[in-house]
Amino acid sequence: MSTPLPPQAVPFGYSLQRNPLLSHWVGFPHGGQVEVRVGKVELGQGIVTALGQIAAEELDVAWSRVQVVPAATDRSPDEGLTAGSRSIMDSGSALRAVCAEVRRLLLSLASARSGAPVEGLEVHDGEVRDAAGTVQGSYWTLLRREQLDVPVTGEAAAKAPARHGIVGHSVRRRDLDRKLTGAPSFVHDLRLPGQLYGRVVRPPSPGACLLDVDDSAARALPSVCGVVRQGSFLGVVADREEEAIRATELLRAGARWQEQETLPVDPDWLDSLPGHPAEVSQVERREDPDAAARVVDVHRASYGRAYLAHGSLGPGAAVARWDGDDVSVWTHTQGIFPLRRALAAALDMDPDQFTVQHVEGAGCYGHNSADDVALDAVLLARAMPGRPVQVVWSREDEFAWEPFSPAMVAEVSAGIDEAGDLVTWEQHAWSNGHDSRPGFFGQPGLLGYWHAADVPAPAASDPSLAIGGGTGRNAVPPYVVADLDVQAHRLLVAPLRTSALRGLGATVNVFAIESAMDELAERAGADPVEYRMRHLPDERARTVLRTAAEQAGWYDRPTEDSVGWGVGYSRYKDVCGYCAVVARVEAVSEVRVTDLWVTVDAGQVINPDGLVNQIEGGAIQAASWSLLEEVTFDARTVTSRDWEGYPILRFADVPQVHVTVLPRPDDPPLGVGEVAGGPVAAALANGLADAIGVRVRRLPLTPERIAAVIEAG
Amino acid sequence: MSQGHDQTSRPEWTRPRAVPEPEAVFRLQVNGSSREVTCRRDTPMLYVLRNDLGLTGSRFGCGLAQCGACMVLLDGHPTPSCDLPVWAAEGHEVTTVEGLSDDPVMRTLQDAFIDRQAAQCGYCMSGILVSACALLHSDDEPPRHAIAEALDRNLCRCGSHGRVLAAVTDAARTMRAHGSGDEPTQDGDRPQHDDRPQGAARPLGSTP
Repeated sequence: MSTPLPPQAVPFGYSLQRNPLLSHWVGFPHGGQVEVRVGKVELGQGIVTALGQIAAEELDVAWSRVQVVPAATDRSPDEGLTAGSRSIMDSGSALRAVCAEVRRLLLSLASARSGAPVEGLEVHDGEVRDAAGTVQGSYWTLLRREQLDVPVTGEAAAKAPARHGIVGHSVRRRDLDRKLTGAPSFVHDLRLPGQLYGRVVRPPSPGACLLDVDDSAARALPSVCGVVRQGSFLGVVADREEEAIRATELLRAGARWQEQETLPVDPDWLDSLPGHPAEVSQVERREDPDAAARVVDVHRASYGRAYLAHGSLGPGAAVARWDGDDVSVWTHTQGIFPLRRALAAALDMDPDQFTVQHVEGAGCYGHNSADDVALDAVLLARAMPGRPVQVVWSREDEFAWEPFSPAMVAEVSAGIDEAGDLVTWEQHAWSNGHDSRPGFFGQPGLLGYWHAADVPAPAASDPSLAIGGGTGRNAVPPYVVADLDVQAHRLLVAPLRTSALRGLGATVNVFAIESAMDELAERAGADPVEYRMRHLPDERARTVLRTAAEQAGWYDRPTEDSVGWGVGYSRYKDVCGYCAVVARVEAVSEVRVTDLWVTVDAGQVINPDGLVNQIEGGAIQAASWSLLEEVTFDARTVTSRDWEGYPILRFADVPQVHVTVLPRPDDPPLGVGEVAGGPVAAALANGLADAIGVRVRRLPLTPERIAAVIEAG
Repeated sequence: MSQGHDQTSRPEWTRPRAVPEPEAVFRLQVNGSSREVTCRRDTPMLYVLRNDLGLTGSRFGCGLAQCGACMVLLDGHPTPSCDLPVWAAEGHEVTTVEGLSDDPVMRTLQDAFIDRQAAQCGYCMSGILVSACALLHSDDEPPRHAIAEALDRNLCRCGSHGRVLAAVTDAARTMRAHGSGDEPTQDGDRPQHDDRPQGAARPLGSTP
């Protein structure tokens, strides 16, 4: 059995605690530009634009002046990971405080110089003007760099939302012009002087060890510059990319591996997850000694889902270059500083020897191959001093070796009273950990490290419950229940490597809770929306659910053959955005979702269109997970290794997504990148049950699974 | 002990051969220019484009002709370049997303995609735009299902599909308005012509 990683915590306020100086965040280079430095990275979610908007707003400069600098360890604040729907909450609130303070500093400098009282001065596009409209200097003329080397106090008041002219507006993303004209945009597109192309030959299966390899055929290719072998890590560098790929095939043909059968092949293995060795956490416990006596009936059911892949459209890629003892890395990691720590730990070096620079990759949706491929590039570049080496994973390796979202089961026992209302709720969530990100607590946590050392990957950990948990994420129903016992069981034996995928354990927990609520509503003879309303105390939650139902025309929905309507609700991590979903589902030869109505309360919204884009995308991705997706494997290895073995929703099959965002400009902004997953999964299963009267408690909702439920009676 | 799992998804050209193909010179027509490259004859065009010709707009997604990120036009027809050996491209006009930058249909599409902010990570978008451009060259009023069908070989993982479908529809409407001098009409106003014959438009990808 492997040792779990310790929990990883990024407490609130981390961004400013780690990077307290104003100069960590903003600078005013000549030419009237504003340089904004953040540690959060662009993953296709539009965060760089939204954070730039916040800076422009609080500094009172035109949006066009703001340049958000790509994150790099030699120039950016350490903000840990870009994850957990926390970027606007963490980085945005830090920038708001910093920029408000810089603006106040500018005004005080202008006041001291002009003699005019601060109250009579205003900032217009970076210039200070007095009451007569006379310019009294600007960020570029009054502020010296060293004056920004002071800690933020948090005392400068941020602007009232009513005065916002940039925040709250759908500013266009700056990165899309490049991406929509085919200009170089991704780390895959980097072509550095003298660049070579590296590829890694992965083992055939997770339990395999490399016994020996005849590399003569690969080395005989004229383009091949070198073969690197360390333990079971085997790679090649060539001066032509396709020759590096060809060389991997020659190496594969010359390699002998010791393989093991390590994967569960029992068709019922998912059902058998409960009971395996696990670390148990009490997520929440509410006791009511009188509850049991009121219970007249108990709904018991188990809900679950197999492993999911991130399935980024572009596989992992990175470039690395060794210059003496210093290493430069270009990567699409979610955390440049954690990756730097991981690389240093993997190579037993000092983190300061690494400069890690973020360059965009394809959307990742969580911890995928991005970090692993960076170590691959570093290991291969070590053999080619002074030459940049770019590594791009194959599609097959991407599907076989990325850390998966763990298979998971949530067991629900809900006790109801005479009226059919909730009295007790017991929920047990079972899965491997949802977090094995590299670079925490001295753990390399990188695939190439384990292969080079011939050690198995440790079983994944979970984020602490204080920051949302992993297996236990959103396992507590948001409904009024007198007696409640919710436990997370993090499994300690990991057949396949697992880590964070958008939503972590929330997807299955919400799928379970919201499916169970529909089943309970049916027992009570109640409408599913009304039944939830009977138990939902949070006024904002009620508004979200009511609005989604109204937008969808829930109460006037027609009765059509083989068509069903389903609903799902949750508030992500209980602290992020609120989200309710109504789905219209057609079930004829297969399950098809035609429409999703999604209502979100995100508090203050920085960029409304950017938020809607995130919700639309999250909803479609969750529909794809729920209808189609499942990692498959045999006794030795993963067998879903391409887009035919791991199909996702295509253009002809995607639902129309109708998003409603509730106006809450005076409430703090709430993260929304992950809100839709659980509610969409539940709404689809509930819609399917409404359409054909069959309750499917395992995702994805494939015709085979539906048939199995019908057969089982 | 084993030689590994039967990895059938691996592209055929990478499977070891007794005698690798020798290098040769290939004369190509890419984006309207004559180009010469020296490589093995089974080298996929994607690597020729990205590495020999510096055209990185065609992205590597799978190498298996399954995802469309590397889509180019071969004599006007959308074709995955990861699956197109360089020898097979000889004698044909290859057009990449970069080569369409002056194409009025592509420009209209790109404007519409920007207006709709029809992307998230954008990795799939070069290929989607190439496929959409070919569609609008042959049909300036495609209904939604025809657009979806034309994009069937393009995958998007971020879930930007709805915006893409809307942007292509917008672009078609703009093209018609410009072509006829009419003002753009609203979606609901315009007549449906689902059963019109396709084609009859000028070939796409020929030298402008």
